[in-house]
Amino acid sequence: MSDISLIVLLPLLAAVLTAALPPQAAAVGALATALNALLAANLGRQILQGGPVTEAIGDWAAPLGIAFVADGLAGVMLAMTAIVGLAVSLQAAAGPARAGFWPLWMATLGALNGLFLSSDLFNIYVAFEILGLAAVGLTALAGTRAALRAAFDYLTAGLVGSLLVLLGIALSYSVTGRVDMEAVVLLTQSDTGRIALALIAAGLVVKAALFPLHFWMPAAHSSAAPAASALLSALVVKGALYLVLRLSLEGGAGTEFLRNTLAVLGAGGMLWGAWNALRAERLKLLVAHSTVAQIGLIALAIGVAGNPFETGLWQAAALLMLSHALAKAAMFLAVGRIAEALGHDRISGLNREELRPGPAEFAFAIAAISLVGLPPTAGFIGKWFLIEGLIDEGGIHWIALILLGTALSAAYLSRVVSRCLRGGPHVAATAQRPPWRTGDVAALGLATGALLLGLAAALPITLLETPFA
Amino acid sequence: MISDFAFLLSGAGLIGLALFRLATSADLLMRVLGLNVLAIGIAMVLLVAARGAAGTDAVPQAFILTGIVVLVGVTAALLALAERVAEARDE
Repeated sequence: MSDISLIVLLPLLAAVLTAALPPQAAAVGALATALNALLAANLGRQILQGGPVTEAIGDWAAPLGIAFVADGLAGVMLAMTAIVGLAVSLQAAAGPARAGFWPLWMATLGALNGLFLSSDLFNIYVAFEILGLAAVGLTALAGTRAALRAAFDYLTAGLVGSLLVLLGIALSYSVTGRVDMEAVVLLTQSDTGRIALALIAAGLVVKAALFPLHFWMPAAHSSAAPAASALLSALVVKGALYLVLRLSLEGGAGTEFLRNTLAVLGAGGMLWGAWNALRAERLKLLVAHSTVAQIGLIALAIGVAGNPFETGLWQAAALLMLSHALAKAAMFLAVGRIAEALGHDRISGLNREELRPGPAEFAFAIAAISLVGLPPTAGFIGKWFLIEGLIDEGGIHWIALILLGTALSAAYLSRVVSRCLRGGPHVAATAQRPPWRTGDVAALGLATGALLLGLAAALPITLLETPFA
Repeated sequence: MISDFAFLLSGAGLIGLALFRLATSADLLMRVLGLNVLAIGIAMVLLVAARGAAGTDAVPQAFILTGIVVLVGVTAALLALAERVAEARDE
């Protein structure tokens, strides 16, 4: 067995183990997350050295068998999952144990890894189903009525999305007679094939919570427990976005019609999410609406990327996914700590007299800087790539929209950051700093990661530039 | 063939009805039922797609089977969640 199937198998085995041994769940889960990070790093090294790694499971070649392919894009996504997973596991292992968190997180990890590595549409559908069910479980873990209701809506929306994907896959099989990734190019050549692609894309738009089908998402992401919110917002929606990017890459020039729609929806999401984040009264809801806006930005980047064989603009979308994952996970973990210290998460109540801003607020601020896209953070590199490419392509109107979205994100994030920065009369002279907790370390670690990634952006870019299999 | 057309039409009709119900109904049980009807509609369309000049292709049927398995699992999860929501409401 090679590394590449082990990285899918290990988390799924760990999911079974953590479910079977609840007392040792945290230890087993943390160990599996650490091993997963090592495997991902090793796989990344192999891709850098020798190009894409492939494995045909049981030596059955495509189109009959199921193949795993780890190319540069998959490597970046695996690394993103591993890094965010480490931080979230650190937070969860230190915090009060919730029965069920570890099996669900391990299933999420296995499904994500499988999704990134699969080069087969039907296998991707199966990975999506595992991911969807595990993510709903993570939402419902909080146990409150709002969380349960949000989980129900999430599962309903997710099922409609995956049924659409299934319909699209079956239709694409009836057109091309195969379900591996080679089918995507063939699909773009006929009308029925294009309908199949559009159905798959529509299902993915529901699952990625892209405007205007994001209705289920803010409630789900804001009512879950902090560690779960971080996973849902940073990683789970990326699964669907990754597949959109993958289809766009595989389809080449033929998926132009879908990319145009995607860019328009993305621009809509960017503005609508920002507007709702500006009006949000609760911190978690602000961060969740900011995810709607950021997903819009990433979709726009995928949409305007043009033919991937001619431009490298799609790499901007991958970099934005990576930077958003780090920053948003840091933000949700930080918000969890802030809400814990304050006892509430009302934005108007952040100016408190008895407590000074602590490490969690600091982590939030760094993550906010990366989301806005100020240098030297990872978010800056992504936006730089995107805008530089758009200048070459002459897409001035897209640049204007992106800048508007950036200004709005600076506006809604500064609603929080400015309240944390202010000293002045409402902070009492005797105010204490909140004590350090492991949650602070996890949030600060991720935020620092977003900062360092901006300085070491050469690594993911080299990975992304590895030629495809 | 006329039976193919009838299958396709009723499948599309079921999908339309189910999507309408899902979009308009706030009742949890109604939405679980709507999802099931949607899946059946999709399965009927796929069954027609599986029939070709050279006979019936088994692969789309295998897709439908997977879809049914997933649907049963998800329906169970949805009903459990609906029950928990109702309990939380009563408290």
